[in-house]
Amino acid sequence: MEIRPIFSSLRRHRIPALLIVLEIALACAVLCNAVFMIGQRMANIHWPNGIDEAGISVITVNGTDAKLAASNIPRDLAALRGVAGVTAAAAVTSMPLDQSPALTGFTTTPDGKTTVNTSVYFMGRGGEQALGLHLLQGRFFNAEEYADSGLKDFQSTAHVALVTASDAKRLWPGKDALGKQLYANGKSWTVVGVVSDVLAMDPTTSGPGGRYSSVFYPSQPDGMMGNYVVRSAPQDRDRIVREAVQTISALNPGAVVEGKTYARMRSDYFANTSSMVWMLVLVCAVMLAVTVFGIVGLTSFWVGQRRRQIGIRRAVGATRGHILHYFQTENFLLSTGGVVVGMLLAFGINLYLMQHYAMTRMPWYYLPGGAVALWLIGQLAVLGPALRAAAVPPVVATRSV
Amino acid sequence: MFGYYLDLAWRSLKRTPVLTGLMVLAIGLGIGASMTMLTVLHVMTDDPMPGRSAHLYTPHLDPLPRDYKLRDGSPDPTDDMTWPDAMALLKAHRGVRQAAMSGGSLLLRPARADLRPFYVSGRYATTDFFALFGVPFEQGSGWSAADDAAGAQVVVLSETLARKLFGTGKAVGQTVRLGEHDFRVIGVTADWAPKPVFYDDQTGTQYSDADLFFLPLSVAVDEKLQVSGNRSGWVHGDDTSLTSANMTWLQFWVQLDTPAQVAAYRQYLVDYSAQQKALGRFQRPPTNAKLYSLMSWLAHENLVPGDVDLQLWLALGFLFVCLLNIVALLLAKFLRRSGAISVRRALGARRRDIFVQLGIESALIGVAGGVLGLAIAQLGLWSIRQRPDDYAKLAQMDMSMLLGTLGLAVLASVLAGLLPAWRACRVPPALQLKGG
Repeated sequence: MEIRPIFSSLRRHRIPALLIVLEIALACAVLCNAVFMIGQRMANIHWPNGIDEAGISVITVNGTDAKLAASNIPRDLAALRGVAGVTAAAAVTSMPLDQSPALTGFTTTPDGKTTVNTSVYFMGRGGEQALGLHLLQGRFFNAEEYADSGLKDFQSTAHVALVTASDAKRLWPGKDALGKQLYANGKSWTVVGVVSDVLAMDPTTSGPGGRYSSVFYPSQPDGMMGNYVVRSAPQDRDRIVREAVQTISALNPGAVVEGKTYARMRSDYFANTSSMVWMLVLVCAVMLAVTVFGIVGLTSFWVGQRRRQIGIRRAVGATRGHILHYFQTENFLLSTGGVVVGMLLAFGINLYLMQHYAMTRMPWYYLPGGAVALWLIGQLAVLGPALRAAAVPPVVATRSV
Repeated sequence: MFGYYLDLAWRSLKRTPVLTGLMVLAIGLGIGASMTMLTVLHVMTDDPMPGRSAHLYTPHLDPLPRDYKLRDGSPDPTDDMTWPDAMALLKAHRGVRQAAMSGGSLLLRPARADLRPFYVSGRYATTDFFALFGVPFEQGSGWSAADDAAGAQVVVLSETLARKLFGTGKAVGQTVRLGEHDFRVIGVTADWAPKPVFYDDQTGTQYSDADLFFLPLSVAVDEKLQVSGNRSGWVHGDDTSLTSANMTWLQFWVQLDTPAQVAAYRQYLVDYSAQQKALGRFQRPPTNAKLYSLMSWLAHENLVPGDVDLQLWLALGFLFVCLLNIVALLLAKFLRRSGAISVRRALGARRRDIFVQLGIESALIGVAGGVLGLAIAQLGLWSIRQRPDDYAKLAQMDMSMLLGTLGLAVLASVLAGLLPAWRACRVPPALQLKGG
């Protein structure tokens, strides 16, 4: 296809050509960034978590007398294990994604400094089964460790701790974490086991370093343990939550008892994120539609304006295919111009967002991806007007208006 | 002439319903989306206390050790105040009014048998709180400075909570069990919550929260009531009691009516810090002490979430795409009428006349687009109100935003029409007539 005539024709319609290029450029820039943001947020929503999310339900108890915890918690747990379908139950201080961060900075030397916020979990006996922690190395806590440990001012009185795989790698790179000492606030604990990565209590605000930074301590029943983790088969969860809340409310008449499945906890935590994703998807879709309308409108006008010329070309031997290809090539050229400008713009916007909104760098393949998308959309938009142009009969050439 | 042009515009638009529809749709969508986000931003950055905010200030001291380093994502301890500093500032009484306060969440055990215990959030404050912020009372009143000093177990309830507990009967004089203590109700406030709750610690959800009870700060400290919000200590192993000199957790607000008072208060804060430094308690320069006005404090805290900001940019980008689109479509439309325009010109119409005629046509599209945009913005705001975000419930349009939407739509479409109209009226009439 000869493209020189297309260029000379475009040069005579500079402003409309420029408008199409600009429209495609802007659409490309916004699309790349919006899709990138959608992708990032979707990745957040699906952050993996090293506990049995599908089988866990959490019953939260507030307003009980902390002094009676030593007798109340075992009693409540026994009642929970009595609920049909419950395979394990344990008391813990907090849960991943529960948005009430209990954070500490851990180091590998007594006077070290760190900027990473580590989520601290205290669990009662059986916590590892109830949560479904995956042991990668070492061992879980034994009965003595559970019985001898507690917490004071939210510091563990234990001598042992479990760390996550990410933390083991971050704190002791290239070395075996087992048996190493973990220091914080003038105290120390021996690492006895490494578990697969468990999410922080509030991973979006603790930064990439704190996302999978979690430490587990054993503890005897304590008033700070306001959560009962109940594990069951996934299909039993809703019934178990209902029954467990009734059971616990009856045992603790003065307390505020709430229960939900862990799946619910996760969707609650990411509710804002998923509503933002929907909004971005909507904006992208509507913007592409508007761009298509613009291209259709302008090309239709163009075709209308050039009916006579098309007729002449047809009369001197051009086939319908030639006319069709002419408009398709013209649109391809304009889209290419738009896409080149758009990719630069997309890159610039990404840089700006990185500076101002804690955004990460967009991977390079988003740019060609956006380019291909806009080429396709351009071709789709031009098809209708181009077909209409191809349908212009040669006889038009012989008519005056 | 205007009527005639309007008639012409109407006829012209009717002739090409699809193109017109596309243009109205484009401007409607663009305006609708951007006005939705602008409205959200508008309500979020609005003055929470119109008429009073100009006189409200919050002092901030810097009691941190010299080598203190903030951890990633941790709140700044100097956003809040320690108990000894707050008490010293309170006692010095340099402002017209001043109050120290902190949020708290307590278990409420209703006397009525049909209500389960539940948690309520409220505020521990000193006596001036109500006068300082102009809290309206339905019954009774706040407590006195003597109550503060004595740690009197009294409470002020919000109307919602009072009605929930006591129905429509008189609440004042009744007793409420909060946590492990009985409190005597001495007042009921009308439902009152500035948006955002600017005096709250920044960790709260400040657009959806409201204080349901108020009780004397001294009681909270004496009885070690649960304090919500951030508590930042900086000495390891130090006592974590509320009265510690090395832990910040209180918010402090003062009323200053004249610029002279503001300047004097600023100086007082520096002097106080210098004095504390001389005593060896503070280590950092006394000039670190700051006094923020209400609006500058909100700007400092930057409560508007990054998401809202991003959405606004997205919406404005989208509006721009829509505008480009309208320029393109109008250009197509106006240039197609070159013949008709040439005839008018040949009959004696000046370029200006053509320009005005085409301008009115694009303004008409703008009005239609604005009406559509308003509908879309209402839909957008409605969908935001269904969202779980803290600020979602606030998303409502006021009169100024309503008129702004229409104005913006007309302005945008007239601007978009300028280039096509200019091009169209530059068509040389003779050439066009001959060529046609």
